[in-house]
Amino acid sequence: MAAIPLNDVEIKEREKSIVIKGKQKKQLICDTESIAGCVSQRACVYCGARVVLNPVTDAVHLVHGPIGCASYTWDIRGSLSSGSELYRNSFSTDLKEEDVIFGGEKKLASAIDQLVEKYRAELVFVYSTCIVGVIGDDLEAVCKAAAQKHGIEVIPVQSSGFIGNKAAGYRAACDALLRLIKPGGRQVKKREKCINYLGDFNLAGEAWIIRNYLRQMGVEVNVTFTGDSRYTALKKAPEACLNIIQCAGSMNYLASKMKELFDIPYINVSFLGLEDTADSLRRIAEFFNDSEITRRTEELIRSESARVKLIVEGYREKFRGKKAAVYVGGGFKAISLIKQFREIGIEVVMIGTQTGRKDEYETINELVNDGTVVLDDANPTELERFMTEKGAHLLVGGVKERPLAYKLGVAFIDHNHDRKHPLSGFVGAVNFAEEVYSTLCSPVWKYVR
Amino acid sequence: MLDFTPKEIIERTSGGLINPAKTCQPIGAMYAALGIHKCLPHSHGSQGCCAYHRSHLTRHFRDPILASTSSFTEGASVFGGGANLKTAIKNVFAIYNPDVMAIHTTCLTETIGDDIPAFLGQAEIPEGKIVIHANTPSYVGSHITGFSNMTRGMVNYLSEAATETKKEQVNIIPGFVNPGDMREIKRLVRAMGINFIMFPDTSGVVDSPMTGKFEMFPQGGTTVKELKDTGNSKLTIVLGSFASTDAAIALERKCKVPAKTLKTPIGVKATDEFLMTLRNTFVTEIPYELEEERGQLVDIMVDTHHQFHGKKVAIFGDPDIVIALTEFVLSLGMVPVHVLTGTPGSTFEKEVKAMLLESGLKGNVKAAGDLFQFHQWIKNEPVDLIIGNTYGKYIARAEDIPLVRVGFPILDRSVHSYMPIVGYKGAMRLVEMISNALLERQDRDAADEDFELVM
Ligand code: SF4
Ligand code: SF4
Repeated sequence: MAAIPLNDVEIKEREKSIVIKGKQKKQLICDTESIAGCVSQRACVYCGARVVLNPVTDAVHLVHGPIGCASYTWDIRGSLSSGSELYRNSFSTDLKEEDVIFGGEKKLASAIDQLVEKYRAELVFVYSTCIVGVIGDDLEAVCKAAAQKHGIEVIPVQSSGFIGNKAAGYRAACDALLRLIKPGGRQVKKREKCINYLGDFNLAGEAWIIRNYLRQMGVEVNVTFTGDSRYTALKKAPEACLNIIQCAGSMNYLASKMKELFDIPYINVSFLGLEDTADSLRRIAEFFNDSEITRRTEELIRSESARVKLIVEGYREKFRGKKAAVYVGGGFKAISLIKQFREIGIEVVMIGTQTGRKDEYETINELVNDGTVVLDDANPTELERFMTEKGAHLLVGGVKERPLAYKLGVAFIDHNHDRKHPLSGFVGAVNFAEEVYSTLCSPVWKYVR
Repeated sequence: MLDFTPKEIIERTSGGLINPAKTCQPIGAMYAALGIHKCLPHSHGSQGCCAYHRSHLTRHFRDPILASTSSFTEGASVFGGGANLKTAIKNVFAIYNPDVMAIHTTCLTETIGDDIPAFLGQAEIPEGKIVIHANTPSYVGSHITGFSNMTRGMVNYLSEAATETKKEQVNIIPGFVNPGDMREIKRLVRAMGINFIMFPDTSGVVDSPMTGKFEMFPQGGTTVKELKDTGNSKLTIVLGSFASTDAAIALERKCKVPAKTLKTPIGVKATDEFLMTLRNTFVTEIPYELEEERGQLVDIMVDTHHQFHGKKVAIFGDPDIVIALTEFVLSLGMVPVHVLTGTPGSTFEKEVKAMLLESGLKGNVKAAGDLFQFHQWIKNEPVDLIIGNTYGKYIARAEDIPLVRVGFPILDRSVHSYMPIVGYKGAMRLVEMISNALLERQDRDAADEDFELVM
């Protein structure tokens, strides 16, 4: 890979975070801190933790901190629920000046009391924010006392924002989940043909689609981490005989812990795109080594593929010569998107993530064509520059990237919180192609001068 | 389904909030800073806060919102953020090259006690560039307080009284309103033929046109030259006390520019007052163009008043806007029974209660409230209409009440930030929105025999 010459990148420290695939070898540096003074697109630990835990639908999610952190995370994820909607409320201790001076423990304790009483919740997550880390409230002690008092689970989430980035938040969330699912003294009864599905937050109902496929194969989903999950279901997590992980960035840690503690093996899967979906379903079937499951899996893949293949291929013609840029949160999503774009005949010319890991960047690098720009923790100026230079017609990103793309006259797809249609599985592949078409081929671009 | 609010009012002593009607200071400071020409707002704290504030503003305005961050790490939170800030200043001017960098703090940097002016004293600021700052701890006040603090920061750092006699020009501080409102206010003052400086002015920044190019710093915003010149104006008009009075007081002290505080000009009365204040100081008459608009508005109000009379309405949002809206709906004959803001401040309750009293009404009025409480009020005394931001949609759905979206943030509808609610034109738009919401509902609920063509 060719290193980018120094004077080409506006700031020296950023040089190592951008590579162009080519002949020379250079390692992309990732998982570093953002540089002070950058317009980073990155989020914080609390954000990461909240994203992972938020879909636990019947929990009280109480944010211990000043009001902002809670305000901005009030029902912003499109994770759907088939039961309780409690998680869609916003609870905050709304710390005030005197709390900052004298500590917020009392306020936290009485907030928990009132919320538990009001909503009869069996599970409370208490998130710590930056300021709590500094004023030194003992979250652990307050939660423990509250749990005893009410006879329920009150779990602290150590998510002070400055101790790392979003990835550290994923870990904090996994730690909280581990505390929740540990069986304590209870005997764990393993259930056959029953698996946990990790790393799907049921955005636009995606986890339901996968659950349905698995059911058709003869495999039951014990609980999803964490899309549309609830307290009692999560508690049963140790009973599964396999963990499948979709969003590895957020869930690998939990899976390896569950292997260690409950002896549950895990495999990585991806349900984005036709190829990956079929491949993942097959690998799940393989694990069970059961001819009936294998037969049903092949049957499912055959009928579903037949249904959608022609539609997806029809779009290839329309997309001839189009190029895409990708800037998403995790590496897993980036990898899947490269493949998914390939299926519909679009070349990815720029790709980056907020929190991708080294091994993920290696995979990305193997997948993309020569000349593709690969970058970690990009700022808007860089995104603009490479999108323009590479002639991208379409950007896949999150909320902050949308208007940037539009200003450049480039089409856009939200592959994040604001996604509106399920993009998973066979039907997701069709939705994806349709969404690409509706933005890429809209007449509005004609009016851009 | 989304209705978790019980009807019985329970005494809440914990001090926590359920479904807040406010957010934190820095986002207000960020928004105000965007109203300076070629300014990059800078968030001194962890990167997470900055990401949230940018996302939230982006969702409301649907335009790119840029701001840099000091990207705190654990080390900075222990040893102080001086080093981070100095690096940040160097990088911001080297990479993005704004004219102005406007720093606001976050809860974290406030709690560890970072002394920004001291840091600035030691930092290398390139020749001809300007750095200003405001302290914005979120455990005090709300996003409106943050807006107010940053606006005052502009005065503190930039306003200068350079001339012996004051110029024939007026300063206008519009408050936390949309760029569409700012454009409308400017149009009114221009129509009066008066020289003015509006600050902050986010029009042309967060409603910038599509050109096929990404402009880091779009055309709009109050220039530094103008900000300096605010010290030479004859008068400052404050539109909405919560978001803007502090800056005007600072300007009065620093440069002896007298200040007059008015309501956000929503509706006939408040717009009249705004224009009369301008006339009294600067010109002899109000141009026919504006007289005509006023006449049209009153005509519309007369044509439609039967739709509004006695209709109960619940209003929530930011204090300046809510106070002005209350006055306006009263002028239509509506009955505001619940009025709430999340921002603390006792004058809010006083002002709203006084207006209600004057109309012979009594209602629930609260500052520093939350939407849980607002919802409980509505359950106990139902209304015909809710006016507020996007977060009102949960209550609107649970109680099956129409919602007219006004204020910040509006995350589920577009175009609103381009359209004014201020001035006579803005009032016409409000009348249309309210009327449509009520009639739409009437149509929806009408039995076949009551379903009418002409309404
Ligand atoms: S820490 Fe403070 S500044 Fe940051 S988002 Fe939370 S409330 Fe706002
Ligand atoms: S204060 Fe910390 S936890 Fe809260 S938003 Fe900011 S960085 Fe995240």
